[in-house]
Formats: sequence, structure tokens, C-alpha cells
Amino acid sequence: MDRLLIVEKLEKRYECTRVRGTKKEVTALQDVSFSIGPGSTLALVGESGSGKSTLALCIACLDRPTSGRIVLDGNEITSLDEKQLREVRPQIQLVFQDPARSLNPRFSALEMVSEPLLVQGRLDRRERENRARVLLAQVGISQDKGLQKAEEFSGGQRQRLAIARALALKPKLLILDEALSALDCSVQAQIANLLIELQASLGLTYLFITHDFGMAGHLADDIAVMQHGKIVELGAAGKVLRAPEQEITRRLILAAPRLGAAAHAPKVV
Amino acid sequence: MTYFLRRLMQAAFLLIGVSILTFLFSALAPGNYFDEMRLNPQISPETVAALRAQYQLDRPLPLRYGRWVNSLLHGEMGFSFAYNSPVAPLLWVRARNTLLLTLTATVIAWALALPLGIWSATTLGRVSDRVLSGVTSALLVVPDLPLALALLILAVRSGWFPTGGMVSVAFENLSPIQKMRDIVLHMELPVIALVLSALPILVRHVRSAVADVLEAPFLRAAASHGIRRRTLLYRYALRAAANPLISLFGFSVGALLSGSLLVEVVMSWPGLGPLLLEAILARDFYVVIGGVLYSTIFLVAGNFLADVLVFWADPRIRTRAAAK
Repeated sequence: MDRLLIVEKLEKRYECTRVRGTKKEVTALQDVSFSIGPGSTLALVGESGSGKSTLALCIACLDRPTSGRIVLDGNEITSLDEKQLREVRPQIQLVFQDPARSLNPRFSALEMVSEPLLVQGRLDRRERENRARVLLAQVGISQDKGLQKAEEFSGGQRQRLAIARALALKPKLLILDEALSALDCSVQAQIANLLIELQASLGLTYLFITHDFGMAGHLADDIAVMQHGKIVELGAAGKVLRAPEQEITRRLILAAPRLGAAAHAPKVV
Repeated sequence: MTYFLRRLMQAAFLLIGVSILTFLFSALAPGNYFDEMRLNPQISPETVAALRAQYQLDRPLPLRYGRWVNSLLHGEMGFSFAYNSPVAPLLWVRARNTLLLTLTATVIAWALALPLGIWSATTLGRVSDRVLSGVTSALLVVPDLPLALALLILAVRSGWFPTGGMVSVAFENLSPIQKMRDIVLHMELPVIALVLSALPILVRHVRSAVADVLEAPFLRAAASHGIRRRTLLYRYALRAAANPLISLFGFSVGALLSGSLLVEVVMSWPGLGPLLLEAILARDFYVVIGGVLYSTIFLVAGNFLADVLVFWADPRIRTRAAAK
């Protein structure tokens, strides 16, 4: 058993009502299967609307798949009830794209980071605060900013806070849902380096959701490419970047911003 | 502190402005309380002129406004021609009755709207949400007048509720507890009418505000920490959706005196409504001005209360106020 997360034949269908009142079924995920080893990173790359975020919500148990299995650390989590999920949730944490909306505007930095511990009823008040201070230091937020509200932090600092909050419950899997997309280049690089450092020191496993192949190549061991709710290509990051098999993969690689892109880009057939 | 001082100053200026405009419009409106007397051949024009002089209606407008402000500062708010008494105590008794009705209706309407709106937001698009939306839409399109009349007909036919007034004929002979029960019984019908008229707007605002924040990533993050659903909805989502709802609450406090006028008239509730209607028809000019001023004070107080609550509930407003 050397895989932390196994996703098997996952499907997610929604029923939506049209303006005329007729019903239409939308398939957001179709036959999605992959796995991630402990301490490694899988980048899930795809265009907007390809089903990446739906997949993230299903894995984080925030949405129920229509069919298929999700196994975390040897335990199937797909069919657990809400009470059982409460035990599982701390093991999977999320960092979202929009740092401005992903933090509770009413909380101070310390409250934000200690909130998951409070929700889970772990530690007493003083211990929670001490742990929050350690987490803030871990993500590079200075101690004297502990009482500031989300609004008083920059975009990059807010994303650091979101990462600190996600780490509070010592998760095994961190889902980074477009966590770098809303940041400017220099801040993206800083947060990416922070993620690499944290993975090395804490042995974290990442599911890194992005549409940026450049960042996926930098962070991931493996890359899965999604299109129309399906995984159309999956392989080691180096191999997918060097010799993409699918048209969509080639297009996404071409779209990744980098210097001298035209000279090194794979040819679109 | 300067935030509240600024708000109080704005409120004071608003009240002064409203008092000047109301006074001006009432004075410019054609006719006055003594005009009908001129048609009566038994009252001589000299008597009418003497009465006009006695009540100083023949004086220039700024002077009359000055005297009215003076009487306001002495707690009188002018003089009612029809009741031959100072306006303030006359209005206060009626305003008290109105407040009894509208405060009860507002509390009940909000107590129903919050859980209904949250429930509707969490079941968006499902059958329960559609049924509730249908009911609120139906209530929204029914004006207050037919709604109050329909309830009145129901009360008359069924005999479940008293059909008018605030107390029974034999009220004076009742014990204190029976008196209270009698008032509550008489309140039921107008309170139902007021709740039914306020509820659809409140439910829709709560639904839309909560539905908007339910998709916020910080709520998803909280859900991923394993927070209980009830806590997530009532402590996190409702607090995040609070700002527009607090503003709406300010408006409902503002409408406490003016929102029930029609229902009071239809249901013969001895509140401000019937008094103001009579005063307008009789051109009992200081009573009308007093009624408008009372309503404005409530509107301004409601908005001030909303400002205070938003300031207390939202740290972002506090930060911005401090930064200024």
C-alpha cells in the first residue's frame, strides 16, 4: 500500500433546469481514475470548466460523487456519513484560488489559523494560540501581525495564511485549487517555494490544481490533464511536458507564460 | 467615536431639513383648518379671522416655523386645531399603540424570515425552495389593503378574532391579566396582516444574502475542517451575510411608525394611522407635521442603529473608520 489517495472511476452528474423548465443532465466528471503516492505532488491541469474543481470538492468530501470510489490512506471515504466524515476531514485540507474570499473577514490571523483546531475541539485556548503562532511563523508571517484582519494583508500574505490554516489540522493531503493563479509572478514563486519547503519538512502530499503548465512542471512529480470531465493524459511530469500525447496538453503547454516560449514549444499538429 | 459623531451630525441635519420641508409643503398646500368655517353662514368672517390670528396662521411662514421650533423645544410640537391640545402628547399616545403593533410584527417577521430564508438558501432550486418562493411571490404581489380586508372578512366570518379596535367594550372591568389578554387578542389580526406583508421581502433578502455567501471559499474551508452544519449556517454564513440584512433591519425599524398606517385604518387600530388620516383630511397642519417628524425620527434612528450594528458586526468597517 504505497498510495495515499486512490480515485477510481469517479463520476459526478448534475441535473439542471433550463429556462423553459426542462431538465438537463450535466456530466462534470466521467470515469476519473488516478492515485497519488505519499509525499508527492500530482498536478491536475485543464481549461476552465474541465471539472478540476468539482473533482477537488469530491475528494475533499464537500460534494458527493454520483459513482466511483475515493480511498484515502487505505480507507474508502466515498460512502461515509457526516459524523464519520468529521473524523476524515482534517486529513484533507484545501487552499483556494481567491485569497481575498478564502479567509473569514471577521477573524484575526491568529483566530483564522486556530479556527480548525477549535472546530475539531483540539487543544485548549492557550495551546491553540501557541500552535497558531508556530504555524504563522512556518509560513513566514511575523508574530506581530497575529491580530490583523484578512483585509490588512497583501494577496501573497493572505495565501500564506490560508496555507497555515490548512496545515493546522496536520493534513495528509493538501488540495491546492488554483492556489497560485490569483497572485502576481514574484509572489507565485515565493508561495511555490514555500510549498516545496513545507512538503520537504512535513512530508505533505499535494493535489495541485492549475491551468498553468509552467507551474505544474515546477511543482509536480506527475501531471494529469483534464478535458470535459475526463482525464485524457496522465504521466510523469517530465514525460508529459517533453512529449505530450494529446492535442489539449500541447495547447496548454503552449499557453504557459515563459520567456522564449515559441522556440521551445512543442508543435501543435 | 468620530464615526458615530459624524453619523449623529448627519441625522441632526436630516431632521432639520425634513422639518423645514414638511412645514413648507404643509403651509403651501391649498386650504387650512378654518376654511370650512367660512362656508358656515352662522360663523362670521371676523370670527374666522380672529381664530386664524389666535393660532397665528396669518403670520409670515419663517415666524410660524420659529414658533413651532420653540414649541418643539418645550415638548409640545405645535397645537392641534381639531383636538384643541398640544400635538406631542396626542401623538405619543397613538405612537405607543402603533409601536406595540409594529414592534411585535417586526420581531415575529424577522424570527420567521431568518430560518425560512436560510433554509431556502440551503435548498436552492429544490421543491421546498420553489414552494417557498411561490408563496413569497404570491404574498409580494398582494397589496396591503386587500390583504387586510381579506383577513377582516375571515375574522368576521370565522369569529376567531376581534374585528376592530384595541380593546373590548368591557375593558375597564377586566383584571390586569384579562386586560393584557384582551389587547393581545385584538392585536392578532393586524399583526398577522403586518407580518404577511413584511415577510416575503425579508425572506427573499435573507435567502439571497445567505445563498451568495454559501459558495464563499472561506465557508468551504470551514466545512472542510469538519464544522457542524448548523454552526456553519448560523454562525458563519449568517454573520458573513449580515451587512445587507442589518441595513434592511434598520429600514424595518425606520418603518415602525409609518409602515402600519393603512392596516391601522382598515382594522380601526387606534394608532398614528387613523389620527394622521383625519388630520390630513381636516388640514390639522401641526398634527401632520408632528406625524411626519415622528416617522423621520424613527427612520433616522433605524439607520443609525443599522450603522452601529454594522460597525459592531463587521471588523472591516471598523478598520476603515479607524484608517480615516
